[in-house]
Amino acid sequence: MSFLVALLVLPLAGALAIVALPGQAGRAAAFSAIAATAAAAVALAASVSSQGVLRLEVGGWAPPLGIALAADGLGVTLIVMTATVMAGVSLVARGTFAPELAGDRAAFGFWPLMLLLWSALNVVFLSRDLFNLYVGIELLSLAAIGLVAIDGKAAALAAAIRYIVFALAGSLLYLAGVVLIYASHGTLDIDLVAVRTPSAPDGLALALMTAGLMAKTALFPFHVWLPPAHAGAPAPASALLSGLVPKASFVILMRLWFDAMPDRASDGPLVLIALLGTAAVIWGSLAALAQERLKLIVAYSTVAQIGYLFLVFPLAGGTSAGLPWAAGAWTGAVFLALSHGLAKAGMFLAVGHCMAAAGGDRLSAVRGLAKVMPMTAFAFALSAVTLVGLPPSGGFTGKYLVMTAAFASGQWLWALVIAVGGLLAAAYLYRPLAMLFGRGAGASPVPPSRARQAVPLLLAGASVALGIASAGAYGILEIGRPPAAEEGL
Amino acid sequence: MTALLPVFVLLTSFLPAVITFFLDQESHRLRNALSLGGAVFKVALIVAMLFAVERGASYETEIPLAPGLVLLLRIDALALLFVSLSAVLWLLTTIYAIAYFGSKPELSRFFGFFSLCVAATTGIALSGSLISFFIFFELLTLSTWPLVAHKQDEASLRAARRYLLYALPCSAALLWAIVWLESSTGPVLFTEPPDLDGLDPASLRVIFALFILGVGMKAALVPLHGWLPAAMAAPAPVSALLHAVAVVKAGAFGVIRVIYDVFGVERVADLGVGMPLAALASATIIWGSLRAIQQDGIKTRLAYSTVSQVSYIVLGAALASPFGVIGGLAHLVHQGLMKITLFFCAGIYDERAGVRTVAGLNGLGPRMPWTSTCFSLGALGMIGLPPLAGFVSKIYLGLGALQGGAPWVLPVLGASTLLNAAYFLPLLYRLWFREPAADAKGDEKVPALVGPAVIAALAAIGAGALAASPVSPLGWATLIAERGEMR
Repeated sequence: MSFLVALLVLPLAGALAIVALPGQAGRAAAFSAIAATAAAAVALAASVSSQGVLRLEVGGWAPPLGIALAADGLGVTLIVMTATVMAGVSLVARGTFAPELAGDRAAFGFWPLMLLLWSALNVVFLSRDLFNLYVGIELLSLAAIGLVAIDGKAAALAAAIRYIVFALAGSLLYLAGVVLIYASHGTLDIDLVAVRTPSAPDGLALALMTAGLMAKTALFPFHVWLPPAHAGAPAPASALLSGLVPKASFVILMRLWFDAMPDRASDGPLVLIALLGTAAVIWGSLAALAQERLKLIVAYSTVAQIGYLFLVFPLAGGTSAGLPWAAGAWTGAVFLALSHGLAKAGMFLAVGHCMAAAGGDRLSAVRGLAKVMPMTAFAFALSAVTLVGLPPSGGFTGKYLVMTAAFASGQWLWALVIAVGGLLAAAYLYRPLAMLFGRGAGASPVPPSRARQAVPLLLAGASVALGIASAGAYGILEIGRPPAAEEGL
Repeated sequence: MTALLPVFVLLTSFLPAVITFFLDQESHRLRNALSLGGAVFKVALIVAMLFAVERGASYETEIPLAPGLVLLLRIDALALLFVSLSAVLWLLTTIYAIAYFGSKPELSRFFGFFSLCVAATTGIALSGSLISFFIFFELLTLSTWPLVAHKQDEASLRAARRYLLYALPCSAALLWAIVWLESSTGPVLFTEPPDLDGLDPASLRVIFALFILGVGMKAALVPLHGWLPAAMAAPAPVSALLHAVAVVKAGAFGVIRVIYDVFGVERVADLGVGMPLAALASATIIWGSLRAIQQDGIKTRLAYSTVSQVSYIVLGAALASPFGVIGGLAHLVHQGLMKITLFFCAGIYDERAGVRTVAGLNGLGPRMPWTSTCFSLGALGMIGLPPLAGFVSKIYLGLGALQGGAPWVLPVLGASTLLNAAYFLPLLYRLWFREPAADAKGDEKVPALVGPAVIAALAAIGAGALAASPVSPLGWATLIAERGEMR
């Protein structure tokens, strides 16, 4: 139970410490906070897997008076994934954002923003209250926007402003939905909303919240803010933005459609959501194919990969809810989210190493880098394996589960999207890979230290390990699954 | 202990692969020791298992992944046939490759991926469930790519790109087929026939076609064969790997699995998909030979010859008659032994005499007698001269055709034999009867290159001459057929 609180408080304490304490003392405090939070994440996952869902009613006040936090399978797997990515990013960022390397502003700003982001993510993964979720995602957006703008360059600021527009619009829409629900039911607790007496404005509320969260997740056609923002930030920040941030709003969407208002999930809107996901897969991949800069390719790949996640809605909700294939679809989508988080973070860190060595991220600049920094090139390749969805990675497990569900339910169109998306991913990731492994490096590049190169490789390895150890992750995800996804094939 | 035996067999290739990746270019000794040690250990394990399996033993390891995804490794007679072939050829190719590369750059990468390829092939052979098969099949695709691209020049990179261009869409088709099938039947284990009644015949036919598309690409079935001749840009040990040890064999083995353990012979006959596949295989046999005649490069000629010869295995499987199956299974081994001999020799001609084209072979026979004798034996075996291995395969395939009610296969086999002769005999004539060019040079004073070729050639002779013995490939194939491991 105390781990649950620690996950929310420790990163915040770290953020405060690094701002308040001078120099080395602040950094030491922040790093202790990072280590402690990561340990708490693992400990929480261990206790959830042994004891089942852990619930905490804040201040002892039960909903609807108070607010509840709960750690279920979905929450803790994402929390552990987040902790893994955070630990990896902070190991790399220790070098990038050392005071003597980056501008003072970036070195000063990165750590508090990162810790704030972490705290916000944990809030989202643990909250069972719609307004609390709003607070979490608002905090998340603020920290993320700060990270986009951290370089202070004109392009980064422009990207950050565009991000603000979408994020704020998304927040307002979500908040409007929350207000509607509170007005008609007098509660915002997800479990109480689930057993409410349905009322007329529910549909409108759900639509508003969904639209807002889609904008925050950068689902097509709300994706236009994502590529410049993710490609403009420094690599460790991009790793957080691309790997972790979209997962938060996606988790809220899952909680809304499967936990809070499964009764409102009718097939029409669910199919529409999945069609937007399809468009994201196609559009993001094609755009990635057209890019000439490494970071933009990886950023557009995020647009495409987010699209897959939304295929879950018609496969586990609506008339599919509670049917044998729903469990596979629901779990498969979470697997895709988890493995994308690990692989994309690894890939962005690898790209950062390439940029540091080659002095830029144009495709032609990274030619032949595999010879000087094989570990980094291999990390990029291993991440690509997960993103394409090849076995035995976590991405494959996810795709297999979703595809089987699509066939079992007769909605084979979504299986086709996954198959075609995998091929497109192979196509757009092939170009950077062929460049990296091609012959003839330009000027003699200076690779980062072996220890720092190992970090992206470990993250990419974790995304593959997720596939190999998928039985364990699947078991944890069964804890506290929504009823819609209870039955298994 | 014995329950983990399949895992040990896999690790004999997988562990050397992983460790080799982290070695420096200069640690020649450690790297060679790892590869050779793994290969020797594996061959020893397999010899021990051959005896046990012959007495009726089988070994199984099950590693559950997510629900529906079961990684099942199983050693039985059929698995062992393929594993022993790839293990023995891996050992030979490793010896050859160490001598071939000497101290060329990027050796840790090469041997790492090489061992990984063999590990994937072992996994394919041992797979006891459809999804395990797919996992290792994909691992093979991925680990082959860096080997084809190894030289990193324009031609190799283009060949490697072409390989992926064929491989990835076909593996998408394979995954599509697997998911479609398993969403109706549940996870498919090769030991238990899946219940296919939940799917209508039309869907089953489409699924079968998708399966053949998926595995047939690696078996270089026409029209999915274009990547194989292009991959000749890679170094000789890679060609040996593609043509004999791993890749095309994995494809052919996949066809066998799909016909016998996924659909079952009777269902294939009911659906009427066996004969079209046999016809496609026959077309490939003829087309590959016709194209081989037109090639001037030795390696490309050999490559088209592989396109043609591997389809013998597919043909044997598609005929679905006992003799046909035995012939196909035996040819899996026979073709591997003969083709690796030829590729070893082609590599020696290239390295020691600078000869890459057919015309360059003039008069090399007396100058490089060991190499040329092996090459000639391999070529004669491919043509099907008794008592060499290829003869035995063709006899059984012919019998299988009659047994399976497909007499039209006999003219195909006959035409193929004539065509084989038409593209191999001119090479032998040039080797032994033409005068060498004035500036011709060449020697074969590298025992580590010539030795593996000699051993492989001797094995090819042995497989044919001792075909009646129970430990020959033919004897083992008969054992598999009699045990009913092929349903």
